[in-house]
Amino acid sequence: MEFSAPVLNYTLLSPMLILLGGALIGVLVEAFMSKALRPITQLSVTLGTLVLALVQVWKVRNEQSVSAAMGSVVIDGPAVLLQASIIIISIISVLLIADTEHFTALAASLPGSDEERHALQTGNQVTEVYPLTLFAVAGMLLFPVSSDLITLFVALEMLSLPLYLMAGLSRRRRLASQESALKYFLLGAFSSAFFLFGAAFLYGYSASITFSGIRDAVVGGGGNDVFLLIGIAFLSVGLLFKVGAVPFHAWSPDVYQGAPTPVTAFMAAATKVAAFGAMLRIYYTSFANAQWSWTPMLTIIAIITMVFGSLVAIAQRDVKRMLAYSSIAHAGFLLTGVIALNKAGLEASLFYLFAYGITTVGAFAIVTLVRDSAGEVTDLNRWKGLGKRSPWVATAFAGFLLSFAGIPLTSGFIGKFSIFSAAYESGARSVVIAGVLSSAIAAFFYIRVIVLMFFTDPVEDGTSVEIPSSLTSITVIFSLIVTIALGVFPAPILNFISNLATFIR
Amino acid sequence: MTTSNSLVYLIALPLLGATILLLAGRRADKWGHILGTLMSGSSFAVGLYQLSQMLGRSNTARPVEQKLFEWISVGSFKVDAGLLLDQLSICFVLLITGVGTLIHIYSISYMSHDHDRRRFFAYLNLFIAAMLLLVLGNSYLNLYVGWEGVGLASYLLIGFWNQKPAYATASKKAFVMNRVGDMGLSFAIMIAFATVGTVSFAGIKEHAHHTSTAALTAMGIMLLVAATGKSAQFPLQAWLGDAMAGPTPVSALIHAATMVTAGVYLITRSNFIFDAAPTAQLLVVIVGAITLLFGALIGTAKDDIKKALAASTMSQIGYMILGAGLGPVGYAFAIMHLLTHGFFKAGMFLGAGSVMHGMNDEVNMRKYGALRKFMPITFVTFGLGYLAILGVPPFAGFYSKDMIIETAFNAGGIKGILLGSVTLLGAGITAFYMTRVMILTFTGKARWDEEAHPHESPLLMWLPMAILAIGSVSSGYLLSRGDALVNWLSPLFEHHGEHEELLAPIVVSALALGMVAIGVAIAFLKYSRQEVASVAPENVSVFTKIAREDLMQDRFNEAVFMRPGQQLTQVLVKTDEAVIDGAVRGVGKLAMGSSSLLRGVQSGFVRSYAALIFVGAALLIAAIWVVVQ
Repeated sequence: MEFSAPVLNYTLLSPMLILLGGALIGVLVEAFMSKALRPITQLSVTLGTLVLALVQVWKVRNEQSVSAAMGSVVIDGPAVLLQASIIIISIISVLLIADTEHFTALAASLPGSDEERHALQTGNQVTEVYPLTLFAVAGMLLFPVSSDLITLFVALEMLSLPLYLMAGLSRRRRLASQESALKYFLLGAFSSAFFLFGAAFLYGYSASITFSGIRDAVVGGGGNDVFLLIGIAFLSVGLLFKVGAVPFHAWSPDVYQGAPTPVTAFMAAATKVAAFGAMLRIYYTSFANAQWSWTPMLTIIAIITMVFGSLVAIAQRDVKRMLAYSSIAHAGFLLTGVIALNKAGLEASLFYLFAYGITTVGAFAIVTLVRDSAGEVTDLNRWKGLGKRSPWVATAFAGFLLSFAGIPLTSGFIGKFSIFSAAYESGARSVVIAGVLSSAIAAFFYIRVIVLMFFTDPVEDGTSVEIPSSLTSITVIFSLIVTIALGVFPAPILNFISNLATFIR
Repeated sequence: MTTSNSLVYLIALPLLGATILLLAGRRADKWGHILGTLMSGSSFAVGLYQLSQMLGRSNTARPVEQKLFEWISVGSFKVDAGLLLDQLSICFVLLITGVGTLIHIYSISYMSHDHDRRRFFAYLNLFIAAMLLLVLGNSYLNLYVGWEGVGLASYLLIGFWNQKPAYATASKKAFVMNRVGDMGLSFAIMIAFATVGTVSFAGIKEHAHHTSTAALTAMGIMLLVAATGKSAQFPLQAWLGDAMAGPTPVSALIHAATMVTAGVYLITRSNFIFDAAPTAQLLVVIVGAITLLFGALIGTAKDDIKKALAASTMSQIGYMILGAGLGPVGYAFAIMHLLTHGFFKAGMFLGAGSVMHGMNDEVNMRKYGALRKFMPITFVTFGLGYLAILGVPPFAGFYSKDMIIETAFNAGGIKGILLGSVTLLGAGITAFYMTRVMILTFTGKARWDEEAHPHESPLLMWLPMAILAIGSVSSGYLLSRGDALVNWLSPLFEHHGEHEELLAPIVVSALALGMVAIGVAIAFLKYSRQEVASVAPENVSVFTKIAREDLMQDRFNEAVFMRPGQQLTQVLVKTDEAVIDGAVRGVGKLAMGSSSLLRGVQSGFVRSYAALIFVGAALLIAAIWVVVQ
């Protein structure tokens, strides 16, 4: 039996390799560095690694290869755009994570134990969240560039496992945080099982695990369609779980609420880009010719998701839960880009993912600022009159909400407009009508928060707005500038995306 | 077309100034005014450079373009952000930056006691940048951005002393009335996009020939609505008088020389639309004619020097709008009057500011008198502006206003006679109220209070006044010598056959001068021969009362728009509460109901979440079963 050494294109893989290397350094730092120097070293290593990876992605932006890693990884225009989006979102999320106020001093200690109190008092803050973030980012970069089912599954687990842990790191309400982490883990494992089951069916259908093999089988026909359909359905369960589409969404409000807010920001924004990236690739390449089979399924899920997310968000009294349901509704809007199945749909989805991710991180960054003596205040009733107390913070939050609502001159408008028009062109009328109607419903609760902040008198209950640290300010300002710039001058970035957005097969 | 990379600096320099001054905050208090003036001045220098370049090219190759970036490109809707500098816009560029810079210099001294002088200069720079964008944009959409920008700057500057509630109200009034006009502009843009498919000047001009007259008329009327809002023309004129709440340099720059003339620019720029839409063009003439009398009549009864000048501005812009409505023969004269007016009206406003400066900010002319002796420079510069606005030869207004009167007479038929008479009558009334201002302010007995110590203004204030006075004297002659301005602008407009002359130019001039003489004589008899009461008399004729009330413009607006509007709002609020809120609450209740139904699902138990996923997957399989069957 002969073995041949794997041929790897290290240049194209370098962003992921850099991140994994940085994560390993982070583990070493965590183990050996003195506690005084640890936080700043971890932050520098993490940011440095991310920036380096971003530079590397930029360098390979014009390269295309289906065999970056023996046919398991494909690098093309969309891959570069998705990876760059994920890294940029991660960088501004890490700036939020740098505020250790949100994280438990010692995650291994029991909540309320002496050990925990001791760690808090001595300032022995563990910072394992940084290497965990880098591992997750590496998985997220791999997820949308995988081109066979095994790599796709490995990437899925690689991005999920660190996230499960990170969700349980909150300093306040630790039990709720740990509960949400466990829920996320159990349900994630459950949906992964579906994913694997679907992968097995697809292998049974096509006798291949590569995307191109599946595509050839679909184009050639002759296989057992039932296998294909069950394969697509179960694989989709795994993917739809990650993006939080109804009815696979149930984890997200609990986890968004329980997790430390910087982690929620990272998870909500970056995971969505990665998962939708993978979904777009597999649907646009492997399943494109079996459109008849999955369009009805995805259409129904998209409509249910956006209507459900928008409706239930109205009833929310907690800002993080409201944003969670808003994120469910946005998953529905993004599914219209998958359903569109044309170049315009792909471009619109890529723009939407980037714009939405940035806005999401900005919105959660604001949430981290509104606090009282016991930590963050997420009860919406206590946000009353925020506009009078801290006009800048409230104005920034209003900007993000207007973008979520899709009001013109924000990135959200351009995103919604382009994704709906792409879907409309492709003939998916029903989903566009449902999208526009649920956008209108959704606008109601976004604007209600603005009314609450600006046109209601403040209640004196100790809620105050933290003076943002310079790192948090960078995140907020950057997000706000991008949100508005993409709304006012979308043309350059739309052209940039348009030039790159073609999947190679 | 020639391209240039330096057009953007015209706008970028003052915009940079505004940005620095606003961001630097109090740190810039010491040098903010100097920076602001320098930025405006360097923009003027760029304008001069562009003019010299333009003069070096042949008549038809003068326009220059600069494409900045692709602004919007969604689907089939594409708009580039681009600048266009042609023979028309260079006139405005030089007026805006030239007069603007002089007013910056004046303001250094005028605002020197104000704590917020730096903010004032920031807004002035912002205004200059926005106004330049307005006249340099190469499409209606780019123009619109500048249009809104000057509206914002005007709002900020009228309400600059917004600690006084009345001033804040005045700025809000100006803003709201301008919004009504802005709606017109946005409608015009939408109609253009829907019917022609483009919003650029060049594109619409090219397609104007095969666009339906109905669409062009609709566009023209909407553009006219926009012009009436920004240029304080009937029926959207009511805000201008209140806008005098702003500091006087603002009144000179924005509410006399530049921004309020944007409507004239809009109509002249849209000549290809109006030439093809005679109905809209006729409406333009009517609006201009009404306003020129309207403003002149208000001017006769105002005791506040700034409000009298504001009424005069309204009336003079009425002349320009009328000129622009007379078609190809009138455009150039409208622009000429606009330029000369820019000099003499800005000069007179600065003069009024100088008087106020010396009189403890008193604006009531009945409390002035005999200031000639105390403020000789102000008297002379103001007097030269006065002669210019009257149209006494050889001062600037004589050339420009006479041409408009002459063109009006030559419009043909009854229309020509009517318009000519209106413009002549306007000239007479103008002479009356301006003479009244002169007499009340500078001659007669002193009527001021004990505390007033009138004195001449410092160099930085009188120098700009002097320079503007030179313009008031000479600009008319320079612009009309050898038809300089008419020939300069002629490549932009389409020419039609020569109109027959109803009256010879010399007759028109004689008639106009006769009217002026009558106006001056009446004012002289009424105010110089009799004692002027320092308190406005109450037992005056009903006409004077109406004129003092601005011809009932506010009452009219309140009765016709405000009260019905308020009632409409109340009805809408009730409808909103009953129907919309009801529906929303219904939806909310539905959502609450469904969420309480779904509470069993969102229970917090992992087992029920997993069950939900399982049910979802099972439903997918069921759906696939249906597809396969």
